[in-house]
Amino acid sequence: MLQDKDRIFTNLYGAHDPGLEGAKQRGAWHLTREMLAQEPDWLCNQIKESGLRGRGGAGFPTGLKWTFMPKSVGERPHYLVVNADESEPGTCKDREIMRHDPHLLIEGCMVASRAMRAHECYVYLRGEYIAEREALEKAVKEAYKAKLIGKDNVNGWDFDIYVHHGAGAYICGEETALLESLEGKKGQPRLKPPFPANAGLYGCPTTVNNVESIAVVPTILRRGASWFAGFGRPNNTGTKLFCVSGHVNKPCNIEEEMSITFRDLIDTHCGGIRGGWDNLKAVIPGGSSVPMVPAEQIMDAHMDFDTLRDLQSGLGTAAVIVMDKSTDLIQAISRIAYFYKHESCGQCTPCREGTGWMWRVLEQMVKGEAHHDDIDKLLDVSKQVEGHTICALGDAAAWPVQGLIRHFRHEIEDRITQYRAPRALVQGHTVAAE
Amino acid sequence: MALRRFDLEAGGDSFAFKPETEPTIAFWLGKYPEDKKRSAVIPLLWLAQKDNAGWLSEPAMREVADRLEMPYIRVYEVATFYTMFRLQPVGKHHIQLCGTTPCMLRGANDLKEVCEKKIGKPMHVTDDGRLSWEEVECLGACVNAPMAQINDYYYEDLTTESFGEILDKLGNGVDVDPGPFVDRLNSAPQGGLTSLMEGDLFDGSRNAISELPNLPSAAPAEPEAAPAPAPEAEAKTTLIKDSKPAPKAEDKPEILTVAAGEEDDLKRIKGIGPVNEKALNELGIFKFRQIAAWTPENVDWVEDFMSFPGRIEREDWIAQAKTLAEGEETEFSKRVDAGEVESSKDEGET
Repeated sequence: MLQDKDRIFTNLYGAHDPGLEGAKQRGAWHLTREMLAQEPDWLCNQIKESGLRGRGGAGFPTGLKWTFMPKSVGERPHYLVVNADESEPGTCKDREIMRHDPHLLIEGCMVASRAMRAHECYVYLRGEYIAEREALEKAVKEAYKAKLIGKDNVNGWDFDIYVHHGAGAYICGEETALLESLEGKKGQPRLKPPFPANAGLYGCPTTVNNVESIAVVPTILRRGASWFAGFGRPNNTGTKLFCVSGHVNKPCNIEEEMSITFRDLIDTHCGGIRGGWDNLKAVIPGGSSVPMVPAEQIMDAHMDFDTLRDLQSGLGTAAVIVMDKSTDLIQAISRIAYFYKHESCGQCTPCREGTGWMWRVLEQMVKGEAHHDDIDKLLDVSKQVEGHTICALGDAAAWPVQGLIRHFRHEIEDRITQYRAPRALVQGHTVAAE
Repeated sequence: MALRRFDLEAGGDSFAFKPETEPTIAFWLGKYPEDKKRSAVIPLLWLAQKDNAGWLSEPAMREVADRLEMPYIRVYEVATFYTMFRLQPVGKHHIQLCGTTPCMLRGANDLKEVCEKKIGKPMHVTDDGRLSWEEVECLGACVNAPMAQINDYYYEDLTTESFGEILDKLGNGVDVDPGPFVDRLNSAPQGGLTSLMEGDLFDGSRNAISELPNLPSAAPAEPEAAPAPAPEAEAKTTLIKDSKPAPKAEDKPEILTVAAGEEDDLKRIKGIGPVNEKALNELGIFKFRQIAAWTPENVDWVEDFMSFPGRIEREDWIAQAKTLAEGEETEFSKRVDAGEVESSKDEGET
């Protein structure tokens, strides 16, 4: 259980002043000059040693990612791009950082830029986050005014930060789609390679990091890599913002230790499951893209990358969506399938066509209006989408469906049987698939 | 994907930004390199939508295109791709109701009924022009579900009653402040905090440390953690100078000679195609266990030899090789074995 003294985001709920003075009182912008005086190699190594894994969903080691940037600046400038396009259903953590602790983010951007030899940084917010954008713009203005950032600032590393926004496209959370969007185009993901570290924004070396990954950096450096690495289990270290939504008594955002058990997380901060632990049915532990885990497997599981991977799910963004026994799981997943259908960028055929097909079949299954062998067909189509697209949206659309079939196939079968019972004698009754 | 079309007629013939918007436009244009003005297309379209009563007409798109020196079609593309650009008139208060699963679990479908009862079908504008609504995908305030965005701001923790009241007030011209509509502080748990209660978090005590831990001079562990930078490379290299020394000869990995047919199929490792396999074979690397045993120095040496920095780590060859050396399979090797990966077209290989 994490203690208050070890929390990084001390103004998570906005109880205190988000402005510069308040942020400094909470420890931001302290020893920043000393951090920036270090070599990039030292900064990258510290972050590597802290074990920080990217907080945007994939869990790639952040320090390692930074080292992919060219070791010297050539003709093309280097860019840091911060991914604040927080759109994964269930996830609402970066929002709190931007509106309540924006200075931790700005400071983190500056230190990370030093580590990748960049002097410019763009923060790409989702378009809907208007209040958050206003808060962040205000903090940026304060930092410029106090000469903490900008040309010839007191911290000794020329650094400009620009806030940019999108306009309601989930796909722009994918790093190359985000870069396309930032360049003023439709947000359609690029083929990799070339990776952004070689050719990213405007064709220049670029690293894209999640807000939370960047905002924790200054505190890690101030308190030491081993402090951060001391939380959680090996390979899953640090503190993490969890967003607990759905059928708990008190949904909330909370910074906790990695690898906390699901039960501790819910009982300590969320007032337990609605209707008690016996009423728990399933949990989506990492945002809508990861497969659900049934109650008996998740209850005492550690909330970290490796444990949840072993449960054939994932930590993703640590957006925990809790579903109790009143939930119609088929409908819950069908709604997620609609989300992916709506958000597919239309570039790759398996995703553009597959997401819509899966949604339509699931809608039929919600009613039970399907054949038993449609379940296998649906599973098969989901496998045809998974891994056959440029970006991971296809995978993300397929996994929730696979999770549903893996754990709750019997519910779909019962629903179909129930629907068909009074109609059993009608041969060739029309069904879902178009 | 969302199929969206715009009406060429509905927006009239002309559009002009309001004079008071001009400084904001200049502010946005100042954020991007001179020759990359196009980056400002989304912010400018957004401002145009604001100046056009909440929706984007075709003349407004053309105005933005002219200012950014973009072909019209490129702006049309952007305007129809991003769903926050509304292509038909909306009410003075446009309600975007989140209907995605986290909100659905907490009652968003009931709120939809409230909207249909009080306003009508999605995108229908009430006769007095005050209200319209649509269902949108996740707005990213899931712990405050169910919620809606009305014009710019979020109205959270709604019930059918509180939401109905909000709509009534807005419909009668009374403003309503955004935020959570139950007794809670933003996204904190209702009924009292469970964390962040200690006073010394906020009084400057955290600034007591006077030196960063693990600074290079005070860190004997450093050479071990970062094997590559040798002392002679000068710790104080400038930014432009390549601070990474050339790998040393002794870092070359262990090599083998094996009889024909004895070698492993290295192409079963994701990232190794025919070209890389040939290069590795020429080097004397034939077996998974050789790759599995590489040290970080070896990796640097091989990356330098094959001139693709960072790739071995990124694609995690070593872990893959370890798995394969133990006779197990990886997701990728299964696909290779099933013949699904056409090795000549293997990704990254040319």
